[in-house]
Amino acid sequence: MIAIIDYGAGNLFSVQNALNFLGIENIITKDKADIEKADKLILPGVGAFPDAMRMLSDAGLVGVIKEQVKTKPLMGICLGMQMLFEKSYEFGETEGLGLIPGTVELMKPENDLLIPHIGWNALEKNEECPLLQNVEEGDYVYFVHSFAAVTDSKNVAAYCDYGMKVPGLVAKGNVYGCQFHPEKSGKTGLDILKNFAML
Amino acid sequence: MLAKRIIPCLDVRDGKVVKGINFVGIKEVGDPVECAAEYNDQGADEICFLDITATHEGRKTMVDVVRRTAQRVFVPLTVGGGISSVDDFRELLRSGADKVSVNSAAVRNPSLIKEAAEIFGSQCVVVAIDAKKKGDSWTVVVNGGRIDMNIDAVEWAQKAEELGAGEILLTSMDTDGMKQGFDIELLNAVCNKVKIPVIASGGCGTLQHFSDVFKETKASAALAASLFHYKELTVSEVKQHLKDNDIPVRNF
Repeated sequence: MIAIIDYGAGNLFSVQNALNFLGIENIITKDKADIEKADKLILPGVGAFPDAMRMLSDAGLVGVIKEQVKTKPLMGICLGMQMLFEKSYEFGETEGLGLIPGTVELMKPENDLLIPHIGWNALEKNEECPLLQNVEEGDYVYFVHSFAAVTDSKNVAAYCDYGMKVPGLVAKGNVYGCQFHPEKSGKTGLDILKNFAML
Repeated sequence: MLAKRIIPCLDVRDGKVVKGINFVGIKEVGDPVECAAEYNDQGADEICFLDITATHEGRKTMVDVVRRTAQRVFVPLTVGGGISSVDDFRELLRSGADKVSVNSAAVRNPSLIKEAAEIFGSQCVVVAIDAKKKGDSWTVVVNGGRIDMNIDAVEWAQKAEELGAGEILLTSMDTDGMKQGFDIELLNAVCNKVKIPVIASGGCGTLQHFSDVFKETKASAALAASLFHYKELTVSEVKQHLKDNDIPVRNF
């Protein structure tokens, strides 16, 4: 059972639709007991970092997430991925969950490329990662974001190129994060979700 | 590097896919959820539903179509047609749409673009512009081309960008349905004046038309309806053709 953490921000139903389509048992929940019972956790997110962290904290879920990832896999998606890091500079400085070393900063691509980075971009594999099983070098996934993680290359399973190297998939121990939306990334995205479910 | 997108569009009325030429002579041709799933299998990068229903009942049907499609299709879903308020945006986004396109209501009430962008983010606000050549420039038309709003189409695209539009869906009423190619001149006029992605629409009839539009303009995506619907071309054929012409497309 995967618990999709509901703290008031996010693309919960899209994620749930994708898991249902794959036949993966899941529950949308903000209940600590559900999160403790689940085998795996997904932290979705759409919007701005400070609001999302505040909502997660108001929902009383920061502690339980930090505790649970010691024993079970967690996947952050989009803003949920950014929240895995120590700190974000979106609208000032906000502390994140600190599960992966690094910060979240406004993208500064070369060649006058536009921000936000919206659209299908190709994954370039960096570090071995079980979530990339059956995913080929250069497979496309769907991005919508303006901020990106700044972290050591060893925490990055795959980058994409957008006038800079953008961490697309990050991983450290039990903690995984997709800057892209696997639930909107066609077959490649579904494969990544399936790989997560099979961990 | 971002891939150029191919977007099949489904015109939906009362929950059924319909298709007409030059916005008249409409006939029914299928179930929107099935059609969207098939396009997804063909490698569509995004699916667009255009709701041409006029009635309240029909609109509720559309929300249901969106919800059912979002359960089966895992690429971005854009829904437009008859959107006139922030509540319409909210309802469609909650049902599973990723983007909402707004056309005549935005022309009549431009602040709708700003309000929607502030609440939901620019990434989900698509401003659809139907443009028709008038002298040396293009005018904005609404109601399926029946009403000339006497607004310069290029200026309107710029204003939409300023107000927070995330994308422009640009349809040429001169080339739509004619299968003689996209309106390169109109697309260049708009693409050169805005920084947000422009989706080319209206006029494609052959594979060459797709490579032409990406070679000759800065369009980020190309949209087609009847061409895909009547299976004259498949999305995968178009993407293979683009790949053969060194235009970046998502593999499928």
